[in-house]
Amino acid sequence: MSAQPAISVEKLNVSFGDSHVVKDLSFDVAAGESYGIVGESGSGKSTVLRVLAGLNREWSGEAKILGKSQPKIRDRAFYRAVQMVFQDPYGSLHPKKTVDDALAEPLAIHGIRDAEARIGRAMTDVGLPTSFRFRYPHQLSGGQRQRVAIARALVLEPTILLLDEPTSALDVSIQAEVLNLLQALRHERKLTYILVSHDLAVVAHMCERLLVMQFGRGVEEMSAATLAARAPQTAYAQQLLTASEGFRRHA
Amino acid sequence: MRAPDTPLEQPLLELDNLRVNFHTPTGIVRAVRGLSFTLGRERLGIVGESGSGKSMTGRAILDLIPHPGEVLADRMVYRGQDLLTMDRRTRRKLRGRHISMVMQDPKFSLNPVQTVGEQIAEAYRVHHKASSREARERSLAMLEAVQIREPARVYALYPHEVSGGMGQRVMIAMMLIAEPDILIADEPTSALDVTVQLQVLKILDDLVTSRGMGLIFISHDLHLVKSFCDRVIVMYGGKVMETLQASELEQAQHPYTRGLLGCLPDLDHPKAKLATLNRDPAWLA
Ligand SMILES: Nc1ncnc2c1ncn2[C@@H]1O[C@H](COP(=O)(O)OP(=O)(O)OP(=O)(O)O)[C@@H](O)[C@H]1O
Ligand SMILES: Nc1ncnc2c1ncn2[C@@H]1O[C@H](COP(=O)(O)OP(=O)(O)OP(=O)(O)O)[C@@H](O)[C@H]1O
Ligand SMILES: [Mg+2]
Ligand SMILES: [Mg+2]
Repeated sequence: MSAQPAISVEKLNVSFGDSHVVKDLSFDVAAGESYGIVGESGSGKSTVLRVLAGLNREWSGEAKILGKSQPKIRDRAFYRAVQMVFQDPYGSLHPKKTVDDALAEPLAIHGIRDAEARIGRAMTDVGLPTSFRFRYPHQLSGGQRQRVAIARALVLEPTILLLDEPTSALDVSIQAEVLNLLQALRHERKLTYILVSHDLAVVAHMCERLLVMQFGRGVEEMSAATLAARAPQTAYAQQLLTASEGFRRHA
Repeated sequence: MRAPDTPLEQPLLELDNLRVNFHTPTGIVRAVRGLSFTLGRERLGIVGESGSGKSMTGRAILDLIPHPGEVLADRMVYRGQDLLTMDRRTRRKLRGRHISMVMQDPKFSLNPVQTVGEQIAEAYRVHHKASSREARERSLAMLEAVQIREPARVYALYPHEVSGGMGQRVMIAMMLIAEPDILIADEPTSALDVTVQLQVLKILDDLVTSRGMGLIFISHDLHLVKSFCDRVIVMYGGKVMETLQASELEQAQHPYTRGLLGCLPDLDHPKAKLATLNRDPAWLA
């Protein structure tokens, strides 16, 4: 008997008014696994993460997390176990709250005591100088804001992390540091990740398996090894691999 | 092929010793420390460390540095016109029409209570005499050009209802509809899947080739910059480390640039742990 998956999605459907944006999507993520989602812009990747994170209430199908079938509205314990890093860090940080507020707030909500130490550690982990602690979002660069968003998700030490393009606003040296940190945490604490990214090399580096999405559907699930061997089955996944080789100017 | 520092004819933009400072209660933050470059009808890439002053450079050119920032330069000239002595009104008129910027946080830069399509149409009407119907048609065509599926549906969506990559393309459509001479694109395609990314870059490329637009392309994607740009400026800590032909990026000599190349995950050479960078204080001396 195989172990119970950490995340299990079964025939998930999401619509906004007349537009049906996630269609009959099913996948499982094992405990301790890192699972990638790649695919077309607008194909529903962020929507899937938002449903899993309990931020979207208009959906049907089944979403099981840590063995429990999830209701539309989640309880406080859920948010301690499951954290999300948003694609758009500006939108997810309150403009009138400092870095310190953003990190202290989740700790206060969950009644966690050693806040000082945890905030300091989370900032150092993502490469933010502690001198940035009292800055507001508009006083930070794009990548610095992204790092605040990652630190905020880590500070609660969740068991499941939903990562929506966590490093797309970071330069490749900070990206390498953040990815190394995420991998180390996963191995130390047996965390489970879903990672959405447009960067196939990042997905192959971070994930054991991945799902390719297009038009709201899962078109192909494959191992990272299949991706690296450039051996996917579907034409769309092949196209993504070709496009990732860079820009070609036709004479 | 052109040599790195000799753009043809009159340059579109000349920048000499640009500095951007923020006076904060805890001291001065020097966001840009003496940046100089000349932009021709070309694709100029800017890569570099997060926080190294790339976005502030773009904003300084547009006179959009937020309070309490201060912009200093020895020279800032747009097609022979001195931007430093130009009155604010004339300068504001250049913005959007002649020099445009695609901001790094598109959703934050869009008006949250107006549909994205109306915002594109409005950008068109600010700079061109047109009926609202014509502006709408133009906007729909622009959305289609940036590979938005179902442009009519997306036209009517509010910024919070579009995906990350759709927001970026809306912003690009809005900036291109005025047909600027210079486009500063701040990570314009970071939220796009690779196939759509290439289609959008093709549009920018055509504008440079056919209309002679000057493009400043800020990006963290080294492979993309290498294949797409003509020249590339590498920034660190508010300073330029080196300027290279983009095609020669892999042969960069500066240890910072070499370090960056070494940090990239590679599909063909998987490793358990990515290399990271040893930052040398001497780079900022
Ligand atoms: N609140 C909403 N109202 C209406 N439509 C929405 C809403 N939220 C998302 N959508 C639509 O759902 C579709 C999927 O969006 P989603 O953000 O999940 O895409 P994505 O795969 O994450 O794309 P990207 O790679 O560009 O971030 C899009 O067509 C989007 O316009
Ligand atoms: N209002 C402000 N007060 C103090 N410092 C600021 C302010 N605004 C920006 N900065 C600082 O200026 C520096 C340059 O910022 P900029 O946004 O240009 O970086 P960037 O190179 O675009 O980085 P990224 O790749 O992360 O977007 C950053 O270190 C940032 O923290
Ligand atoms: Mg998304
Ligand atoms: Mg920036």
